[in-house]
Amino acid sequence: MKRVSLIIALAVAAGSSIPVATAQTLKTVKDRGQLSCGVSQGLPGFSSPDDKGNWTGLDVDVCRAIAAAIFNDPTKVKFVPLSAKDRFTALQSGEIDVLSRNTTWTLSRDTTLGANFTGVTYYDGQGFLVKKSLKVNSALELNSASVCVQTGTTTEQNLADYFKGNNMKYEVIAFGTADEAVKAYESGRCDVFTTDVSGLYAERLKLANPADHAVLPEVISKEPLGPMVRHGDDQWFDLVKWVLFAMVDAEELGITQKNIDEMAKSDKPELKRALGTDGNLGEQLGVTKDWVIRIVKGVGNYGESFDRNVGGGSKLGIARGLNQLWNKGGIQYAPPIR
Amino acid sequence: MTSELRKPPSQFLLTLQRALGGRAGWGGFILQLIFVAVLVWISYEIVSNASENLKAQRITAGFGFLANTAGFDVNQSLIPYAGSDTYTRVFFVGLLNTLLVSAIGIFFATVIGFVVALGRLSPNWLLARISGGYVELVRNLPLLFQILFWYLAVLAALPNPRQSVALFGSFFLSNRGLIIPKPIGEPGLEPFLFALAIALVACFALWRYSLRQLFRRGEMIRIWPYVVGLLIGLPLASVLIFGVPVAFEVPVLKGFNFAGGVRLIPEFVALTLALSTYTAAFIAEIVRAGILAVHKGQMEAGSSLGLARSAVLRLIVIPQALRVILPPLTNQYLNLTKNSSLAVAIGYPDLVSVFAGTTLSQTGQAIEIIGITMGVYLLISLVTSAIMSFYGWRLGRSLRA
Repeated sequence: MKRVSLIIALAVAAGSSIPVATAQTLKTVKDRGQLSCGVSQGLPGFSSPDDKGNWTGLDVDVCRAIAAAIFNDPTKVKFVPLSAKDRFTALQSGEIDVLSRNTTWTLSRDTTLGANFTGVTYYDGQGFLVKKSLKVNSALELNSASVCVQTGTTTEQNLADYFKGNNMKYEVIAFGTADEAVKAYESGRCDVFTTDVSGLYAERLKLANPADHAVLPEVISKEPLGPMVRHGDDQWFDLVKWVLFAMVDAEELGITQKNIDEMAKSDKPELKRALGTDGNLGEQLGVTKDWVIRIVKGVGNYGESFDRNVGGGSKLGIARGLNQLWNKGGIQYAPPIR
Repeated sequence: MTSELRKPPSQFLLTLQRALGGRAGWGGFILQLIFVAVLVWISYEIVSNASENLKAQRITAGFGFLANTAGFDVNQSLIPYAGSDTYTRVFFVGLLNTLLVSAIGIFFATVIGFVVALGRLSPNWLLARISGGYVELVRNLPLLFQILFWYLAVLAALPNPRQSVALFGSFFLSNRGLIIPKPIGEPGLEPFLFALAIALVACFALWRYSLRQLFRRGEMIRIWPYVVGLLIGLPLASVLIFGVPVAFEVPVLKGFNFAGGVRLIPEFVALTLALSTYTAAFIAEIVRAGILAVHKGQMEAGSSLGLARSAVLRLIVIPQALRVILPPLTNQYLNLTKNSSLAVAIGYPDLVSVFAGTTLSQTGQAIEIIGITMGVYLLISLVTSAIMSFYGWRLGRSLRA
């Protein structure tokens, strides 16, 4: 990992082979015939490879949806697994076109990194995983605990804030990857493993006896996770942003993978606009009129992707909660396609 | 007339020409000049290109971030550190942790390396085979794997804090590390240290005196009873007069962990173990080669003088072998220091983990941070090799003398 960031830093320094600050990302991707997408090193539900090397997950679906909109083929994506601390450097250096790796949207990341967040794929918050045998029911009982975290995340700072704010002592052990942190937690080095709540459910599945571990009720931070693109290419920024909006709008309009062909024949004005039978909204984004049809056929709407990867239809079984649509009690809200 | 005007070429110019151009003369000098110019141009291109690219992408650049608040905690720090300190302090915390694990690793690697080398050369069949087996096993397994092995093996073998192994009710061993009572200075501490210092100085003087007597008159003076007397007697007297020098804060199990006391974290133990045993295998081979490089006749000459094997090794063979050993030994010391950056795998907060890891990802300033980190490793390595070169120079001088 150290070597990767070194090479990337040198590459940025040398700067020769890197498309910098050009409004050419879409063209580069089209010419290459493939989207290069930065994902995690394996977080079930968000981005993880199966035994055949196929990547699945909510973050992966965003990449696939972008590829579907551009190429009409959701498989034309090259997934680049990145550790938390290497992800931004990979985006800055141009190694990837879009970073879709459960990354928390914060002000400093939005400004100093030379990159922009395009939206929120998942509203998350940081939580704690403990062994049930410790008989801890609240995070406020964690005074003097040892805590394992993955280094290079917002988690480390939230953790410091939370324990300081509640006048509690703790010991932090920071590991290079989430796997190493979970391994140390499992071996008893730490009492607590902390990361985003969705991540806790995902990592718990990897433990030997998932039932022996519990996620504490406290959520100590706001972690809106979303994709990122480089500064300086507004066309690409718009496209990535609207692909996610299209998935959310498709759910709101009731467009699903199953009924997409019927919906395309509908006379409803909003459906006609969204599905490109009326107007040329897709072309304004730099893709084709039927871009939403391509996305929904490729990966489904937001709700379908959520259910398949992290919701009731997956092993994680996380409730929609905040990620429910705005008109159904959640806060997922996309501007209209018109 | 003309012969009077001819002056010999200026001595100064000749010296300058030789210094700058070597044997090739001014032509060589020009070549060097061009080479330097190209180097300067390349580095200028790299720097200007990088800063332009950063500006174009609106990525923050510069070293201003070093004054910002870090906002995260570190589990081992030799200097007082809290989350509200700056990234500069984080840098020093990481640097000191790296230096600590390197220094202790180098010490143990050297000791184990010498012991194994002597064992491998020993006439004792079993000892030689065991030492040989150690070298072959340890140096042929990847280091990262060994670090993880020690870490997970050490952790797996130890109980949780509530069932920790206690010794005298004040030493506790658990998977949170080894917790020992923490010494706290009492009023008697200063006289105690003073008495100890006097005892040490006196012992040193005694030793010099005995050496001089040995060389001048050939007498062996038994000094060890005096040494023991001084080292124990003087501090003991100070304790009796001024009271105990230190009190101990005994660790107590409180909540999940022990409160009070000093703690050796398992990450540190595992990393030191792995680094020193791994490097020791290489050092053992270097030492063995060095000893074998000393002519057999030296050993035989020593034996024929009636010296014991250990005395022959200590007085005759090893001083000569050191000359051969030193340069590759320096390499191993440098390797160990650089290998300590694998610490991030087991969560030991070294420079790479807290500075080139957490700080980098929180500030996103890869070029600056990687640059600083590389500079620091370069500096550590250069200092180490300078110290070893100095030692080698002194050794060479004393052997020639």
